[in-house]
Amino acid sequence: MPEELLSRSFDLHSHDFDKAGEISTEIKGMLKELGIDSQVIRRVVVVCFEAEMNVVMYADEGTLTFVLTDEDINIEIADCGPGIADVDQALEEGWSTATDEMREMGFGFGMGLPNIRRNSDSFDLRSKVGVGTTVTSTIRLDGLG
Amino acid sequence: MRLEEIAAKLGCETLSAVDHDIDVDAVVASDGMSEILAFHRPHALMLTGLTNIQSVRTAVVADVCALIYVRGKRPDAKVLALAGEHGIPVLATPRGMFESCGILYEAGLEGVM
Repeated sequence: MPEELLSRSFDLHSHDFDKAGEISTEIKGMLKELGIDSQVIRRVVVVCFEAEMNVVMYADEGTLTFVLTDEDINIEIADCGPGIADVDQALEEGWSTATDEMREMGFGFGMGLPNIRRNSDSFDLRSKVGVGTTVTSTIRLDGLG
Repeated sequence: MRLEEIAAKLGCETLSAVDHDIDVDAVVASDGMSEILAFHRPHALMLTGLTNIQSVRTAVVADVCALIYVRGKRPDAKVLALAGEHGIPVLATPRGMFESCGILYEAGLEGVM
């Protein structure tokens, strides 16, 4: 059984474009200080950043929970929001429901969820229309996933 | 290729403290931040026309060595301050994205997407 070394939880707020990405930056600094492998840090931070942007762009509010064990890093992003009607379609690169405003921010080109999945050793997405979405990502510390 | 040479080729203006000794061997260029995150290579040079705060946050996440804004665009002071906080050199070129990429490709730099 992996031993839990660190756990943090962060609140995410809808439409807070200016602050989106602050949590990912904080997590990056934290992992650097702990001496985690730089490739693992990059993968974790891409997952967290894309997840932050997704909540800011699409949901009403959400929580990012980050757990470091002696084997891996688990990230869960749970939001209250519109949910995703077709999860398979949402995971296709290039498919997006983004508005022009979101695209002007540099996001919403249908790469967010695929980026999260690509950088995860284990990935899960559960969604209920009108309720919300939960994404879980696990990244192994040994890079052997 | 050194960042100083790249800046000269693109006619860049320096917007923040730049360490010209930075050696660049690859470039990632897009206005889509998720594209940069999908195809980044650590220490690549980032070119973008997007000047908001997310351009710098993406640069931080993607571990780029420097950021060049194309099409004569300039970020505001808050964006430059964040780049400075993370030690990311920022430059601006009047040239467009297509032309900038063409010049750097011709000079031997590799693209990462």
